[in-house]
Amino acid sequence: MRRKLLAVAGFLTGVLAGAALYRRSAARRGDRLDVYFDDGSMVSFVEGSPEAERLLPVAREMLAAARR
Amino acid sequence: MDAAQALADLTEISSQIEAAVLFRGDGAVQGSTLAREEATAALVRGALELLEGASRFRSEDGAVVQIEASTPEGSVFVVRDGDRGIVATTAPQPTVGLVFYDLKSCLRGAAAEEPSEPAPEPKKPKRRGASAAAQEEGDDEA
Repeated sequence: MRRKLLAVAGFLTGVLAGAALYRRSAARRGDRLDVYFDDGSMVSFVEGSPEAERLLPVAREMLAAARR
Repeated sequence: MDAAQALADLTEISSQIEAAVLFRGDGAVQGSTLAREEATAALVRGALELLEGASRFRSEDGAVVQIEASTPEGSVFVVRDGDRGIVATTAPQPTVGLVFYDLKSCLRGAAAEEPSEPAPEPKKPKRRGASAAAQEEGDDEA
């Protein structure tokens, strides 16, 4: 019985840890900068690229200012 | 439709948009859904900074017309049409295409109110001077 409980507890802990990791990675994927030009072309910069690192903080400040 | 009406329609149509500001290229604010002026100014300043910064990402000619900056806290959208622009903030993971569509509609709606080109003044008929008229009368008598 105790062994069963331990197995269930271990399984639930694993599921929770996996969900937390998935949520974190999903949130990380959200950091992105998409730029559209008048000729129809589009460039996407993900977090970590110099372009995104330069402009994403500006966007974060804007979000904070709008919600303050 | 004026800017205030266009913004009211926008926030009514799109529940994803938290705040939006209509502005001009020189930073002049045309309308805002935000009550605080500092917040409005911060959004416009940021939008101009994003447009300016993004325009440097490409060496060839080509103007930046749309930007979406997506973060876990939410997204910032900027749409530019000539000298006019609109900036908006949304909750995380918005429906990007829909938000861009609504912002463009709002920009067009606000622009429709403004006269695009000042109409040329109609030419007034030249008034004839009294001396010219008197001379003409004299000619008739002769």
